[in-house]
Amino acid sequence: MESIPFYFLAALAVLAALGVVVMRDPVYSALALAVVLTALAGLYVLLSAPFLAAAQVMIYAGAILILFVFVIMLLSPGREGDAPRGALKWQRPLAVIFGGALVAQLALVLLMTILPTGRGLYTPEYLAQIGSTQAVGAALFTDYLLPFEITSLLLLVAMVGVIVLAKKKS
Amino acid sequence: MPVDYLPILVMIAIVTAFAVIALTLSAMTGPRRPNPTKLSPYESGMPPFGSARRRFSIKYYLTAVLFILFDIEIIFFYPWAVLFRDLGWFGLSAMGTFMLVLLIGYVYVWRKGGFEWD
Repeated sequence: MESIPFYFLAALAVLAALGVVVMRDPVYSALALAVVLTALAGLYVLLSAPFLAAAQVMIYAGAILILFVFVIMLLSPGREGDAPRGALKWQRPLAVIFGGALVAQLALVLLMTILPTGRGLYTPEYLAQIGSTQAVGAALFTDYLLPFEITSLLLLVAMVGVIVLAKKKS
Repeated sequence: MPVDYLPILVMIAIVTAFAVIALTLSAMTGPRRPNPTKLSPYESGMPPFGSARRRFSIKYYLTAVLFILFDIEIIFFYPWAVLFRDLGWFGLSAMGTFMLVLLIGYVYVWRKGGFEWD
């Protein structure tokens, strides 16, 4: 009974991810990606991480997807079939080779990794007691304080970069 | 607790059912007498021209990236806000450092005209 939402969200995520690849129109691919990211947010909720779910919806499904759509509009691609055939004639065999290599790599890692089965510190009961967002905050301002401050530098670099790129005098 | 999200599930179910029922009923019972004006995207608005899939100005891209960056900044406020009293001055100074760096970026973007449309 408890696993029904998980299987539903997992199947939705996988199907939508297939849609991202299969759709011929890049705008439809972006919409399918929105479904993937929202389904992942649902999975985070099932993992007792509602803060992560909210961040997922706000940052990924909201902001980053908007960026994707803008990049699509910026490049103005037609449908996938409109591209002249044979322009990238090595694309198909190379995609098969590298895609296969990636799948083999993932399979190898999954087979070789022994997944920990014990319960860590952040059990659902513990999170329910102190609160998910509080747990994130406590970790962020103690063990992960330096990465947190460095994040601000990363954002600063991104700000400067986008201004330099977009405000170039043409 | 995932069980607490049951109301959201119920709401999604009701919303979906309402949309499906409303669309099906109106498609089944409503009369259908289309004409070119009715089928245009904005029946009472301006006549559409060109294709919707044309290239957009890079200015939108600039706005979108800046939105994401400040969006990420705001997300970090939530874990701080719920622990505001526990973290005290230490949390305030940590958050202050974080914000100071981003304030430099904000001033930079402002001075460079990143918030101007032209």
